[in-house]
Amino acid sequence: MNFRRLLGYNLLTAFVLGIVGFYVGWWLGHQFSGPSIAYFADTGQNDIALFLAYLVGLIGFLSGLGFASYPIQRLLGKPPSLREKETAGTGRYFTLCTDHKVVGMQYLIGIGAFIFVGGLNAMLIRFELLSPTKQTFNANNYLTIVGLHGTMMMGMMTSGILGPFANYFLPIMIGARRMAFPRIEALTFWLLMVAGVILMTTVGYGGFPTGWTGYAPLNDQANMGMDSYIVFFALVGLSMSLLGLNMIATVVTMRAPGMAWGRLPIFVWSVIATSVLMLLAAPVLISTLLMVALDRTAQTGFFNAQAGGSPYLYQNLFWIFGHPEVYILALPGMGILLEILPVFARKPLWGYRLAVTGMLGISLLSWLVWQHHLFVSGINADLRPFYMLSTELISLPTGFIFICALGTLWQGRIRFTVPMLFALAWLFNFLIGGLSGVFLSDVPSDVTTHGSFFSMAHFHYTIMGGLLFSFFAAIYFWVPKMTGYAINERFGKIHFWTMFIAFNSTFGPLLVIGFLGMPRRAVTYAGYLHGGNTWVSISAFFLGGSMLVFVGNFVWSQVFARVPVGANPWASKSIEWQLPSPVPVHNFDRIPTFGADPYPYGDGDGAGDSTAPRVVTAPARPRP
Amino acid sequence: MRLQGHAGRIAALTVVGTAIVLPLVIFVLGPNMPPGHRTTGASSQVNDNTVLLVVMTPFTVFILAYLAYAIFAFRAAAGEELRDGPPIRGHMPSQIAWLVVTSAAVLFLAIFGTAELFASNGAGGGEGPKPIAKPSGPVLPVQVIGQQWEFTFRYPTYGGVETAELVLPVNRQIEFHVTSLDVIHSFWAYELGVKADANPGVDNVAYVKATKTGDFQIRCAELCGLWHGYMFDTGHVVDAAQFDTWIAGERKQFTPVEKYLPRYSVTYSPDPQVRAG
Amino acid sequence: MSMRVQKALATLLGIVVVGILAGIYVTSLTGGPTPYRVPVAAAAGGRSVNLTIQTVAAVGPKLAPNANWVSYLVREHGIWHRSTVWTLPANSLIHVTVYQFDGKSGLRNPFLAQARGLVGDAFTLNGKSLSTINPDDASHTFAIPQLGVLVPLAGVADDAENQCDVAPCPLSTAHNTITFTFRTGKKGHYRWQCFVPCAAGFYYGFGGPMQTIGYMDGFVNVV
Repeated sequence: MNFRRLLGYNLLTAFVLGIVGFYVGWWLGHQFSGPSIAYFADTGQNDIALFLAYLVGLIGFLSGLGFASYPIQRLLGKPPSLREKETAGTGRYFTLCTDHKVVGMQYLIGIGAFIFVGGLNAMLIRFELLSPTKQTFNANNYLTIVGLHGTMMMGMMTSGILGPFANYFLPIMIGARRMAFPRIEALTFWLLMVAGVILMTTVGYGGFPTGWTGYAPLNDQANMGMDSYIVFFALVGLSMSLLGLNMIATVVTMRAPGMAWGRLPIFVWSVIATSVLMLLAAPVLISTLLMVALDRTAQTGFFNAQAGGSPYLYQNLFWIFGHPEVYILALPGMGILLEILPVFARKPLWGYRLAVTGMLGISLLSWLVWQHHLFVSGINADLRPFYMLSTELISLPTGFIFICALGTLWQGRIRFTVPMLFALAWLFNFLIGGLSGVFLSDVPSDVTTHGSFFSMAHFHYTIMGGLLFSFFAAIYFWVPKMTGYAINERFGKIHFWTMFIAFNSTFGPLLVIGFLGMPRRAVTYAGYLHGGNTWVSISAFFLGGSMLVFVGNFVWSQVFARVPVGANPWASKSIEWQLPSPVPVHNFDRIPTFGADPYPYGDGDGAGDSTAPRVVTAPARPRP
Repeated sequence: MRLQGHAGRIAALTVVGTAIVLPLVIFVLGPNMPPGHRTTGASSQVNDNTVLLVVMTPFTVFILAYLAYAIFAFRAAAGEELRDGPPIRGHMPSQIAWLVVTSAAVLFLAIFGTAELFASNGAGGGEGPKPIAKPSGPVLPVQVIGQQWEFTFRYPTYGGVETAELVLPVNRQIEFHVTSLDVIHSFWAYELGVKADANPGVDNVAYVKATKTGDFQIRCAELCGLWHGYMFDTGHVVDAAQFDTWIAGERKQFTPVEKYLPRYSVTYSPDPQVRAG
Repeated sequence: MSMRVQKALATLLGIVVVGILAGIYVTSLTGGPTPYRVPVAAAAGGRSVNLTIQTVAAVGPKLAPNANWVSYLVREHGIWHRSTVWTLPANSLIHVTVYQFDGKSGLRNPFLAQARGLVGDAFTLNGKSLSTINPDDASHTFAIPQLGVLVPLAGVADDAENQCDVAPCPLSTAHNTITFTFRTGKKGHYRWQCFVPCAAGFYYGFGGPMQTIGYMDGFVNVV
């Protein structure tokens, strides 16, 4: 064993420096907040110390991975070491690696682990709600569980598709060998992982009572666990905006010859629409959280009504981020859907321009609707008709996506593979999610449904039914390309059917329960809702069980069975399937030239006998 | 000709499906939609919910019929050799038709929702300090004070008496003034169809007129901390005579504390204003 | 060892580690205080129990991880414990004695200075029967909102001599004694809380001990 390697930039060094940094920050916070800024000794909690501990710990961790080396060496005028270019062996998955395919795999496993944590919390919530009054977790812990579930899922799933699949496939789809900013790409992943760990430490600091929305001034009353939430979401925001920036820069600058805007695969368009939102919305979140942090430490009063601030300010700022955020969650799912349907319907994408318009339209409109979260809050009551209209207008571009999906199925030759089943389920779930959204957009209906389990079930239909189903569609579709091994189809189908049925059996009744008067995040509920809640809890446990089927199948197929799939198991005509599985380190021997529509199904050259895309390979451009 | 056949069958399925579902929605589901018919605001919400369902029905039936049909008719036969479908990349008339129909539905819903909002005096929703949808004629103001973790109520026309219980007279236009002393709460009187956020320093007005007597649930609908899940209560709608008796009793019972209460105001700014201690 | 066995062992190890971590997480959230079952005495006209509690300004390092936090304590078999979950019999009279050692904070809503839901609609403060105190004198309240019970607890004067500094406070230190009786109704799981913004250093005085069960909040299990 080469012990010298242990001393270099690696995960072990990162952990050591991260923990050392944490305690250095903690110590610093106590030095500095004592004499100069008074924290309230009576509270026995020092938020300044915890913020500094997290931040110095983060810097230590990232330095240990080697993120500081490149900028420092450039500043000193030395040639930077290119250690991070190391591209062989399993070790590269555990360190700073700038290969976009390695980052994609890191994201898939890393995010998957945190989604497991979020899902475990969902199970605990449903366990608690088996009884209307009796408590398994006390009221404190219940709120922490609810907050951890929501925050973890919202934070991690924002990058749920862009992280693994756009990082891996977007450069390939546009004919590039890498992302525009490979180090930033790696940074987005590691930031997210550190953030996830920070959020979980909240349990040790008393948790946080605010749910994922973190409303002021409740967030100011909260225990130190609130600081974990603040740092988590700020880091997620940073990761999101950098991810979005990188995606946009890559698509704008790195397209291969012939890859005109009108030839981009639809998935790339959905990534663009999402990235614009990420780049612009996340900074609002970060600055809002900075204000919360100042309220909690430096005693500012941004959100304190009695000190001249306003809780409305927090709500406005949060939802200016928060509403684009939910479309950051929804749009990539639409991209996956429209990317998968042509392959398994053996048809070109129907209404390509309409689909692109739909995605960009959603992206634009999502900025104009945030006050529908505040319909009964008493703010700007005279603007409610406008927000009602703008919210309902979103159903137009969403309708474009639906009609394009339906048109693609028209006269297709549909093969019901596992990814296709998940894609079709997306259509069903998102339909219900969208229709239930109309009730929430309509002010008189919203009076009852607002803040109830109805709205909770609505966004689970769009986020879980939309995003998570498309996430699984993408896994079943693309993981064989990423690893070279098939995922067992029989267990894939068992997973699909249990998940689809259990999902609808969970959230369908929740729509009704919400309409019947059950508020969100309440640890008790009225006795007449007991039967419904019991049904929902049991369904939710089946839903959790279906996830275990997936994990088992995934591990079995990828670790033990290892059936090689070959280059193109789905007979797709997209570019990524023309490369070997897994994709070689430099993607292409020669940079391809693109000559036509990305979905050349049924085009002239004899029905279906050709699986080759319209790609004309040309000599590689001279490297700089 | 085959194409005509598919489209014709999907259209037929949609029409037949809508014809079956629509009467069920209008006559069975609609009248039984929550939150019921106990107040004017609740009734208009039920009305609104029914209209939304009616507009949604044909779209839902069309999409589901299309999906079911496509899954059945466009599937590749088992063991069929891999073949491509026809290279159809769009169909301008259907795209335009879809755009026109969905736009018409959306505009109708927005206009209808706005009209219903004004016709129902805000449908029981919180409208802030200067409500634009409000009733003409006399109102009975009732203040709802959210605090961690209980709602209390004040009746300014009855000497500003504060009570721990909410009792309302039937058939009188109530004007709720909802405010909070600390964090954000939300006053949700489920059967009355009333929901208004309680924000500190804000007077959030909501209107309702109960048309039937009976009990109703009060719930906090905005996460407000530890006992959010326990911030519930039962309110009562009673007839005028019972209301007068009740309010007289409350005024008598709470005489001792009356001298300590602040003058009635739409918002309050109690101490400590920032941090205690 | 063959590759396959290695993989199997690694997977097994992964399952065990994840299982243990999840188990630790879940048990850390379920662990709560054991409820104090208040002994029941038969009395004329039904059952009754005596509940003796005290409030302290700072709970001290021996009884709690947060030494500076304000707290209620309960006397269990003669010993003071920091436990706020109590089991009480249904349809019974509960005679409560509160030794109030904490100073005055004042109520945010003066309305809560009047007692309600008590037998006789009054409580005694150092032997004097009252229904209301000056809201500015309130140190805490004892309230079970779902049973309609609320009692304001007057604080010890700021200039009182011999103030208690470390809990549990002996009766030789300055205190007020409040007694009252309420009736438990049907069986149920009710929460109780304090309404006075007594959590020093927290926003509106309502963080920390005011939002953590075991200090100023708890449950009564009526069985």
